[in-house]
Amino acid sequence: MDLSAINPALLLASLLVAATPILLAGIGELVVERAGVLNLGVEGMMITGAICGFMATILTGSPALGFVFAAMGGAALSLLFALLTQYALANQVASGLALTLFGLGLSSLLGQDYVGLKPPSTPQLDIPLLSDIPVLGTVLFNHDMVVYFGIALVVAVWATLKYSRLGLILRAVGENHDAAHALGYKVVRIRVFAIMFGGACAGLGGAYISLVRVPQWTEGMTAGAGWIALALVVFASWKPWRVLLGAWLFGGINVLQLNLQAAGVAIPVEYLTMSPYIITILVLVIMSADKSRAPASLGRIFHASS
Amino acid sequence: MFKLEKRPQASRSFAYLTPLLAILATMVAGGLLFMALGKNPFEAIRTIFWDPLFGEFASFSRPDLLVKGGPLILIAIGLSLGFRAGIWNIGAEGQYIVGALCGAGVGLAFYPLDAWYIFPLMIVAGGLGGWAWAMIPALLKVRFQTNEILVSLMLVYVAEKLLAAMSLGLLRNPDGHGFPGSRNFKDYETAFNGELISNTGMHWGVAMAFIAVIFAYILLNRHMLGFSIRLTGEAPRAAKFASVNPTRVILFCLGTSGALAGMAGLFEVSGPAGQISIDFNSGYGFTAIIVAFLGRLHPVGILFAGLLMALTYIGGELAQLTLGLPAAAIQLFQGMLLFFLLAADLLTNYRIKRVKKEAV
Repeated sequence: MDLSAINPALLLASLLVAATPILLAGIGELVVERAGVLNLGVEGMMITGAICGFMATILTGSPALGFVFAAMGGAALSLLFALLTQYALANQVASGLALTLFGLGLSSLLGQDYVGLKPPSTPQLDIPLLSDIPVLGTVLFNHDMVVYFGIALVVAVWATLKYSRLGLILRAVGENHDAAHALGYKVVRIRVFAIMFGGACAGLGGAYISLVRVPQWTEGMTAGAGWIALALVVFASWKPWRVLLGAWLFGGINVLQLNLQAAGVAIPVEYLTMSPYIITILVLVIMSADKSRAPASLGRIFHASS
Repeated sequence: MFKLEKRPQASRSFAYLTPLLAILATMVAGGLLFMALGKNPFEAIRTIFWDPLFGEFASFSRPDLLVKGGPLILIAIGLSLGFRAGIWNIGAEGQYIVGALCGAGVGLAFYPLDAWYIFPLMIVAGGLGGWAWAMIPALLKVRFQTNEILVSLMLVYVAEKLLAAMSLGLLRNPDGHGFPGSRNFKDYETAFNGELISNTGMHWGVAMAFIAVIFAYILLNRHMLGFSIRLTGEAPRAAKFASVNPTRVILFCLGTSGALAGMAGLFEVSGPAGQISIDFNSGYGFTAIIVAFLGRLHPVGILFAGLLMALTYIGGELAQLTLGLPAAAIQLFQGMLLFFLLAADLLTNYRIKRVKKEAV
């Protein structure tokens, strides 16, 4: 075992990369849940985004277009969930599960001919001077656009929720949909948009796995990242900043266990790869003591009966 | 203009009709999907739903109906208890794996002893394994109000890693020339879960599934605990006033579903699958969720739903062989079924009313 082979600067840099998929999916799901909808289909939307982005990148040669299509794919799939829960008034837990099962099937059907291909690499954003700072440059300024986009998205969501009228309406819908309806807000429409935003974010997160993290296509490659993103929202007590913090924590654990594997720790690989899931459970246990922060209308069906 | 109006009481006739509607809608949508894949939709649907039962080689595929339906029904019965009470155990796949590991572990520990008590012990161990795995989310929910959906699901991934570790390590066949995977139970007569009646697919797991259906029916309709479960799900406030003990309901529902899933895993690994290997689990734990809903969370409904789902598995394999239909298309087909079912459920609880546009 050789722990000195682990370079702390590279570790932190890869932490940011490892955190990005769950960060994107998590912040999207946070908006959905703040609007009072529990979408358990994150895993399905992520994997759909992963394959949509992968296909678009292979076909067009442009990773940027790939990410756009990934977001569209994720949003399109989430529209199914929106139809089911907002218009057909179906149970949100069951619909979310259905979305995941459906997304997993859809992605492996779409991806059959794409196994083993290698996508063009996503360009790194090289900022002159900044990227050349010895340690800090490697950690902070040597990533692709999406990493920064993810962080910017957290800031944008935080500011929108806290300071804008739109954010206030969204929160009102999530906290008490009957009151929001009485005030004349279109509860269903707002929720549908929130769900699609969540889908687009999950799609981006998935594409980040298939285009940057891995980068290739294998069936079921998101391997529970969508569920970890769901746990992340609980961990964050529905606060955007804490999603960022949580994503870094989970990213860090993931990177650390990969590094430990590479360094040849005496623990079998299978047990090391369990660690992100076990830590998710532990974190959930610690955080679930405080239930007060959950949006009050979370998971409840809204029907404007007269 | 159409408007939805909540029914004062869920419609009984629609409760029976919606699964049929959903199956029809899935056949239509699935047919379109198969057409998009360049297959003849009618042939594909016939291959999936008709040929395994009455086709040319039906005598080979018919026993599979019970082999594949057994575990699905067994798991779905357990899940339906929890779903009825609003307790979402979606980690049955993990409980299935751990049950199989524990049961197979006990069986392999006795190898090559020949005794009557080995197989019953394996069943008990399998059930206990699944039960213990389900107790993790149950106890966390009872003690810390942790979300059981996320915990039970995370434990599926943990169980999959554990399975990999076991089939490469502790349970690896010592005479297997280093290949991953345990001894094959087909070579260990005492512990083998073979067919009870030849060429029917009937094994102990299927018998257990039928017993579970009967017990669940009695529990839900004739027993106080079953009433508590239904009350908790349908009217949580009323349940509180009726002093239903939520802790007891949670522990019972998760524990039972875990034990049944664990047993299903044991029956599968010691019979049809034959050995512990890295990927012996075939996603029954997740498909069982569809089965539970398709069966309307009713024991008898689940029995039929499980057989139907088994049919899509067998027909799907057949369509793969004869028509070259990709396996993923079948998975998608099964997912669609749940979608349509949830959508069609609208008709059970609401009625669609025509309203004339009023002049403002």
